[in-house]
Amino acid sequence: MKKSSIKLAVAGLAALSLVVAACGSSDEAATDTTAAAAVVTPEECVTPTPVKLQLQWFTQAQFAGYYAALENGYYADMCLDVTILEGAVDISPQTVLANGEADFAVSWVSKALAAREGGANIVDIAQVFQRSGTLQVSFKDAAIATSADFKGKKIGNWGYGNEFEIFAALTKAGLDPATDVTLVQQQFDMSGLLAGDIDAAEAMTYNEYAQVLETINPATKALYTADDLNVVSYEAEGVGMLQDAIWADGHRLFNTDYNATAVKFVAASLMGWAFCRDDAQACTDIVVAKGSKLGATHQLWQMNEVNKLIWPAPAGVGMIDEAAWTRTVDLSLTAKNLEGGTVLTKAPSDAAHTNEIVTAALALLTEKGIDINGAAFAPITVTLTEGGN
Amino acid sequence: MFVLSIVLVVALWEMYKVVGPQDGGKLFGAGVLPRSNDTAMPHIWTMLSRYGRPEVRGSDKRVWVVVLEGAWFSFRLAIVGFLLGSSIGVGLSVLMSRFRLVERGLLPYLVVSQTVPLIALAPLVALWGGKLHIFGFEWPRWFSAAVLGAFLSFFPIAVGTLRGLASAPAAAVELMESYAASWKQILLKLRFPSAIPYMIPAFKLGASGSVVGVVVAEISTGLKGGIGRLIIEYAREATADPAKVFTAVFGAAALGLTMAGVIAISDVYLMRNRPKETSS
Repeated sequence: MKKSSIKLAVAGLAALSLVVAACGSSDEAATDTTAAAAVVTPEECVTPTPVKLQLQWFTQAQFAGYYAALENGYYADMCLDVTILEGAVDISPQTVLANGEADFAVSWVSKALAAREGGANIVDIAQVFQRSGTLQVSFKDAAIATSADFKGKKIGNWGYGNEFEIFAALTKAGLDPATDVTLVQQQFDMSGLLAGDIDAAEAMTYNEYAQVLETINPATKALYTADDLNVVSYEAEGVGMLQDAIWADGHRLFNTDYNATAVKFVAASLMGWAFCRDDAQACTDIVVAKGSKLGATHQLWQMNEVNKLIWPAPAGVGMIDEAAWTRTVDLSLTAKNLEGGTVLTKAPSDAAHTNEIVTAALALLTEKGIDINGAAFAPITVTLTEGGN
Repeated sequence: MFVLSIVLVVALWEMYKVVGPQDGGKLFGAGVLPRSNDTAMPHIWTMLSRYGRPEVRGSDKRVWVVVLEGAWFSFRLAIVGFLLGSSIGVGLSVLMSRFRLVERGLLPYLVVSQTVPLIALAPLVALWGGKLHIFGFEWPRWFSAAVLGAFLSFFPIAVGTLRGLASAPAAAVELMESYAASWKQILLKLRFPSAIPYMIPAFKLGASGSVVGVVVAEISTGLKGGIGRLIIEYAREATADPAKVFTAVFGAAALGLTMAGVIAISDVYLMRNRPKETSS
């Protein structure tokens, strides 16, 4: 009696594990079911192609172009049903894309190339941000005007693959990251700099830098101004690495359907970015309406700074500049981190980036009469307020 | 008592702000005393008044409404996680108490499961959202967070209940057996009632575990709508608006207290017929 009940229990457990295994292997064939419900359908578009885009972070103006394309129906006009997936602390867009959980992803080039070296077959199909927006911000009295002044200072960095430009600048300035500077892990806000824990804090032009300018200086009882700060721009230092790009699945690019979807997706997204260039305020409103918790003036500042990273685009928006690409790869191969390692150990193959998709997309946009260069782009002036509200 | 303890905490906080060093105290180069300036430790009234102000300028939603909505969202997830975790926990413990072989084989794995860091697991489980289909039902994204809550809550419940089920006096078990009571009858009439004093604290642990699991899962996977997501979104503004992040942290704390309160009420109900000294 006892023996048989043990057998039963073992059999039950075995059956349970089978069920679990079966659930685990049910594949993506079924993802299409929910996405089929189309909202806008022009005559020739019967069932829009479902597309999932994975962002790097929460909804904010950094991704305004995609939201504008969604809200203004650019995706729908291309017969795409786009779902935008927000990022989070532990979400790596490269991994999500490589696992097939998303069709396209937005990611920094160096991070994505590191994932590619790890076996993820992902391809840069449109370089949206042409310039790097990373800064190292310090107060004037710390006297850090260039990266050579980092010597002996406490340098904040975010980690998570956002720190490669710091190492590149240190290497270029002939400094050893392990001995010449104190690297401090930095929170995703600027309180470390304000409290004096960090001499120079890593900041994006479009986000953390503004956070400092939105804070009251206790000495003057007014907001900090740009005059209080020294800013080291990695782009100006010559170690800027390419950032936000649209990445696609390298295997699936050989599939003609996916390839065509990629062209349409890139075209509609760039159309969104062109819209944001011409009307930063409208784009900010779209992002705020999408539930971003950041204040409205902060978002407008972000929109404006992001526009500066994209426009003007002499070669056409989204085109991957070979020189910038090579620089990013070279820095990834040579910039040494604390342990003396580099981001990449060998150069990525040429298949890691392609201008084919974006060239086709830009042809579509030119047909529609959209300005793809933004030669006349002029940034607006944004006045920041306390707390960015 | 509870009100008094809150007053005490508030008084301590404000007292430290008065006597504590503005820029923190250092001992051998390592910071030992926290900073007492307004950025690191905002005044309690600054935090409270933040509740009454709009979340972002131009929005008519005040912070307390947003925090309450977030807490309610997370509360529902935590309840689902807790129910899931407690049914798995109780089920496993019954199985383990019935078959020694299962106990010896399974218990080490349960212990191992709790050493896996939640933040390592969260992105994996989050990816099941919208991808897995079980019996035709799509796995919703919010369910991933609930599952992580269950993951933290089932363990104390399983271990506590297992101990409780074994706590029935041997003489009572033998008496039942001499009456030819079936295993099921002994379980329901004797083992479970005698396990309750062990189960209540285990369930309290499990309840707070499910809240922690849900909040961490929200932070890690960015699930929108809950209190965990609010904490990280407000934390981004901590540079210029340090009081705001505390409003969300208090919301999370209140959530944990509510969950523990729900269990405490059921404790009173279940223990109503017992002599006082066995109450836990």
